[in-house]
Amino acid sequence: MTASQSRLRAWPLAVLAVLAGLVLLAAPGLIAHGDPTATTDAVLQGPSSAHWFGTDQLGRDVFGRVVHGARPVLAAGFLGVALATLAGVTLGLLGGFAPKFVSSLVMRLVDVLLALPVLLIALLVMSILGTGVISIAIAVCIAFTPGYARVISSSVRRLRSAEYVQASRVFGSGGVRTALRHLVPNLATEVVVLVSSGIGWAVLTATTLSFLGLGVQLPAPDWGSDLAAGATYLSTAWWLSTFPGLAITVTILLANFVGDYLATLLDPRGDARFRPRSLLLPGLAASRRIARRPARAGQADPRPAAPDSAAGAADTREPAASAPAGKEQP
Amino acid sequence: MAYLARRLVLAVPVLFGVTLIAFLLIHLLPGDPAQVMLFGSNPTPDQISNLRNQLGLDHPLWWQYVHYIGQVLHGDLGVSYLTQNTVAHELLSRAPSTLTLTGASMLVAVLIGVPLGFLAGVRPGSLVDRAARAVSFLGVSVPYFWLALVLVLVFSVNLHLLPAIDDGTPQALILPAFSLGWGYAAILTRLIRGRVIEEYRQDYVKSARARGCSRPRILFRHAARNSIIPAVTTLGLQFGNILTGAAVTEVIFGRSGLGSFLAQSITSKNIPVVQGAVVVIGAGYILINLLVDVVVGAIDPRTRLASETA
Repeated sequence: MTASQSRLRAWPLAVLAVLAGLVLLAAPGLIAHGDPTATTDAVLQGPSSAHWFGTDQLGRDVFGRVVHGARPVLAAGFLGVALATLAGVTLGLLGGFAPKFVSSLVMRLVDVLLALPVLLIALLVMSILGTGVISIAIAVCIAFTPGYARVISSSVRRLRSAEYVQASRVFGSGGVRTALRHLVPNLATEVVVLVSSGIGWAVLTATTLSFLGLGVQLPAPDWGSDLAAGATYLSTAWWLSTFPGLAITVTILLANFVGDYLATLLDPRGDARFRPRSLLLPGLAASRRIARRPARAGQADPRPAAPDSAAGAADTREPAASAPAGKEQP
Repeated sequence: MAYLARRLVLAVPVLFGVTLIAFLLIHLLPGDPAQVMLFGSNPTPDQISNLRNQLGLDHPLWWQYVHYIGQVLHGDLGVSYLTQNTVAHELLSRAPSTLTLTGASMLVAVLIGVPLGFLAGVRPGSLVDRAARAVSFLGVSVPYFWLALVLVLVFSVNLHLLPAIDDGTPQALILPAFSLGWGYAAILTRLIRGRVIEEYRQDYVKSARARGCSRPRILFRHAARNSIIPAVTTLGLQFGNILTGAAVTEVIFGRSGLGSFLAQSITSKNIPVVQGAVVVIGAGYILINLLVDVVVGAIDPRTRLASETA
């Protein structure tokens, strides 16, 4: 049994991780009752049966804060990736399929965005919009968009010479119709992989920014700002920053796991026998059949270690090679 | 040489785009640009009208942009109205500390990631490979700022081996560099491992084996060169993320560098600094990736040819 097969057998964990994320996002009160900002006299107490993760310097329950602190992080991460996907696919289609003038303009814009680190993007967004979850989501979106646009535009350039695309043009379809009817459905696999492998990175980015004080402001619970606040008490009360940090780590681990799971599931080179029959994504069955066409066998691996790293590497810099970033071999 | 020139020409519009964003920032903010720039310094009406003249706010937007470019080209990035120092001075005086930190963490990443990637890739499925995979999976998933806190807890608070706060000694660099470099070591390990496995399947490796080359010789003379390229490219493209990481690491370890300074200037709405930083860091990113292109071009002649014929 190869690594990819054993990964596919672990689908219950993937489902569980997605469900846990949804519960934390929608109804954290189900898991931790009470107000996460309520202060008590029991200050700086270590983990006990009453307070599983201990209490902080104001006597607030750390467990409650960790459970409720998931919402801003997950919301910013998901929203950011969703917006980036929308913008990235649009720019990618324009960059790969629009007339030369538009496409080169779009690709230069992508290059400019790529030259701005997340910190600077956050700097710009926060100076204009102020701090908060929405600002973080927009910063994540702007940071992820250029990488996505590059991956999508290079796929579009590869697909654009496919016979069905040519045929659609010959039969008189306009560029927009061809792009929406024929290119977008064939990009579905790639987009799912990009999104799922981006969530972990987005969560890391969102917590980094709220760690720096750019997200939800205290006393509202948030993993990043709670971690930063607890760091002051590191030598006396280790549990303050350890548990939010652990929550971030577990979230990123699970997000990466689900991402790898979906990537293996949709991998056109994988062994079809071990793929569950459209268990999670019935709508993708059709695009998967197309994805298995031999024409795509030599494609660049659509699983970047970071959205803007391997994507760029596979795109412009080494046209002769396929970059197996993070690829698991049997 | 033509390759380098081509790359340089491509970098120019990007550079202009970056300065345009920095320039437009003050116009995107709500309120009068001059007042926005002077935020936090309780300006007198005189100061505001002086700055209005200086920025040329009565002229059309394109004139202001040309004027701004002229200033930037002369190294004038404006004045931080919180400290009355020039932005260029504020940024440059903090740069060495940040560059030392990022340099040291890249060293950690290369020293761990490159050998581990090669060892794992040469024998996939071996014990080393499994260890490397576990290490790299953890490295990608454990956030560096949490790793930093855990390292401080273990090595400073409990074992008293290394300082937790920057005190100027070289030892104080170990924990920050390790916590920041770890994630990039993981990325490098995954990249190089995958690439080495791919290269070993190539025909040229088979023919080298057939000629009687030993495995180490194949690795170092043939496969290594091809496998190292994506690693170089990735490190260049990661510059921005490394800088962001450095900001957080600087906050944790009490280092006064560029990153923590920039984070502060958002909360204090120090717009001239934000503007200057966008230009300097954007230009730095472009420069680093130009260097990366040159290095990759030197390692791999195919890239040069591909970009010339394209």
